[in-house]
Amino acid sequence: MELISATMTKNCNNDYKMKFSLEDEFPDLSLHNNHMAKVLSKDIYNKLRAKSTPSGFTLDDCIQTGVDNPGHPFIMTVGCVAGDEESYEVFKELFDPIISDRHGGYKPTDKHVTDLNWENLKGGDDIDPNYVLSSRVRTGRSIKGITLPPHNSRGERRAVEKLSIEALNSLDGEFKGKYYPLKDMTDKEQEQLIADHFLFDKPVSPLLLAAGMARDWPDGRGIWHNDNKTFLVWVNEEDHLRVISMQQGGNMKEVFKRFCTGLQKIEDVFKKHNHGFMWNEHIGFVLTCPSNLGTGLRGGVHVKLPKLSTHAKFEEILTRLRLQKRGTGGVDTASVGGVFDISNADRLGSSEVAQVQLVVDGVKLMVEMEKKLEKGESIDGMIPAQK
Amino acid sequence: MCNLHLNKGIHTSAAFRCILTNSTICPFFTWRVLFWFCRITMAGSFARILSSKRKVGILSLVGAGSLTVGFFMNREQHVSAGAHVRRIYPPSAEYPDLRKHNNCMASHMTPAIYAKLCDKSTPNGYTLDEAIQTGVDNPGHPFIKTVGMVAGDEESYEVFADIFNPVIKERHNGYHPCTMKHPTDLDSSKIRGGQFDDKYVLSSRVRTGRSIRGLSLPPACTRAERREVERVVVDALGGLRGDLTGKYFSLTQLTDQEQQQLIDDHFLFDKPVSPLLTCAGMARDWPDARGIWHNNEKTFLVWINEEDHTRVISMEKGGNMKRVFERFCRGLQEVERLIQEKGWEFMWNERLGYILTCPSNLGTGLRAGVHVTLPRLSKDPRFSKILDNLRLQKRGTGGVDTAAVGNTFDISNLDRLGQSEVQLVQTVIDGVAYLIECEKRLEKGQDIKIPAPISQFK
Repeated sequence: MELISATMTKNCNNDYKMKFSLEDEFPDLSLHNNHMAKVLSKDIYNKLRAKSTPSGFTLDDCIQTGVDNPGHPFIMTVGCVAGDEESYEVFKELFDPIISDRHGGYKPTDKHVTDLNWENLKGGDDIDPNYVLSSRVRTGRSIKGITLPPHNSRGERRAVEKLSIEALNSLDGEFKGKYYPLKDMTDKEQEQLIADHFLFDKPVSPLLLAAGMARDWPDGRGIWHNDNKTFLVWVNEEDHLRVISMQQGGNMKEVFKRFCTGLQKIEDVFKKHNHGFMWNEHIGFVLTCPSNLGTGLRGGVHVKLPKLSTHAKFEEILTRLRLQKRGTGGVDTASVGGVFDISNADRLGSSEVAQVQLVVDGVKLMVEMEKKLEKGESIDGMIPAQK
Repeated sequence: MCNLHLNKGIHTSAAFRCILTNSTICPFFTWRVLFWFCRITMAGSFARILSSKRKVGILSLVGAGSLTVGFFMNREQHVSAGAHVRRIYPPSAEYPDLRKHNNCMASHMTPAIYAKLCDKSTPNGYTLDEAIQTGVDNPGHPFIKTVGMVAGDEESYEVFADIFNPVIKERHNGYHPCTMKHPTDLDSSKIRGGQFDDKYVLSSRVRTGRSIRGLSLPPACTRAERREVERVVVDALGGLRGDLTGKYFSLTQLTDQEQQQLIDDHFLFDKPVSPLLTCAGMARDWPDARGIWHNNEKTFLVWINEEDHTRVISMEKGGNMKRVFERFCRGLQEVERLIQEKGWEFMWNERLGYILTCPSNLGTGLRAGVHVTLPRLSKDPRFSKILDNLRLQKRGTGGVDTAAVGNTFDISNLDRLGQSEVQLVQTVIDGVAYLIECEKRLEKGQDIKIPAPISQFK
């Protein structure tokens, strides 16, 4: 798609809204429990409400999802999204404290290190396959110069798709694969993608719908995977790209190597078109949801820990190892048959290598603990210090 | 949700016209500018805020006669009233993929219309993409043809007339918005008959909607505008007396007991779940500034800030449709009088009648209906044809898209635009009388006749 002109217009609707008073426009957040609601004061709202990013994204656009979804008493959702790269700058007063709350006190002056050199990972190829069923690393990427899913137009979304297809079709070797646009999928292809657990569907979560991410579905959306079914890319779902490397068994090193190599190859193609990935040295890779800033990486395994998971110190062990657990259906699901999804808890403030290292080391330790418990022995001596 | 379907659309008083001019050379825009001229003189900060925005129009009005006429006759100027929309890609790159779509918007949208309108916005900043988003996101059902677009404000129907007009024409069975006029008549004394045997008619109901001029509609309104709608309407309803005396229940402050009572009365409406509504942005900020008002007798009900600024419903058990409509008209006219006292008015024009969010509710926005038991007639193969010719539609007693239960049907008017409230209610009354006659004849073993089709535009 050629850029016809980059005429930026004043955001007419926001100008109209400025005629109303702060009091009348300020959202009622009295019953809310999300990061945005905790941070948004009338002062901050007043400072930021007149602003908009060059592409026309406003404060109200950022926070709409948090206003519409008060949250859960136990799960703390973020409650705001970015509409473009500039959102994080223009609405700093809102995003900085939210980023700090969500990412363990990360300061506006902190710098984030990116390390996608898989060779820096130690071990990861020696976890007992009797316990680890599968390994997976995922992240997201945004394409510079194009606005994000809450805000992008159909033209922009199609541009993301076009660029992505070109980049992905250029891959060869173990990365050779095929793109399946959601719009024109045959029934047979759809069934196969479902059977492979690759297919993503139109979002139903009100968190995403309220942020406008499902507009024009399924226009511009699709799934790409390599012939080996070990490298998968989602186009225009919650982010421009979601990249996933995975395989059966516990060889996280191989998974991570494929992840890093594939990402690098894709990025090279985008850069050739002057559309590299959104990144800066403060928040790393820029994604739609503040929770995914930094590495945007979730590296994890499906591991059998029936005894350890019922141990009194299980939660504490996870916290100290900087890991989190989920059921095998993903976030908010319960575990089945003692099998857990164990992954890194951090995203921002540590590198990809560091985060995957924590997973590799932590899971290895937990498998050792499980074996001890099987033999009826105590694991008290193995409880790790806080990482 | 059942409630949503039972309580749809409201009707309001017919008496109001443009008090300052009846000029036939002044199109829709003139009337609005004159409205703002009045608003300037009102106290209230809100009036001042809005009036300052309209100064351009006011000064033009005050200017030389012929120039004024020229200004208002030039609709192109009005169409470009809003700022240009952000455009990075050409219209062809932005055109939605409507190949699998079956709704009115998709049937009439073309690349040419899209290209013409895509960089325009209303004065408040509402755009074409926003208007059609719901139709793009909801391709429709092969059997039910949805409208597929909404208005964000009164001006939407003007600025995007090139797409709204054909959609309106299709949805309203051939009504030509450019050439025809819509009659408004809320004089319930003109109704003949309308008191049915309770043996057949279990309940009677009339509903419509009303929008407050000067405030954006639910797809586009800001929190401040929505709260202003609530203030204006609740204030007016507080002035109702006699059998219309009632109480307001804000959705943000409902006690459990109040909530249960409203559910038991079938009055409570919930956050919309239909993607037709959520994709149009109507559920934003829920439940801020939403609420339910009803009179103590529970026969007159107003929903605030659901699908429209207001939905007004008059109802009662039994077959006295005449009384239901009388109360409906009286209540609406009284509410209108009360908001006018404070310098407000309903959105209305002679081309489209009462302006509501969905084009399907333009004109009268009126659905007058009864729950009627017709065990024999409903099984007669001629039933559907009889209804068609009487310009009536049937629904199950749960409302639109529900099935009938035990031979009881919801029978209501098919049309909304192009006939007045009195005409439509009379159509329902005459039609239901005919249906009951048929039922009685079948009871006695006599034969029935399919009536001649009644004319649509009277």
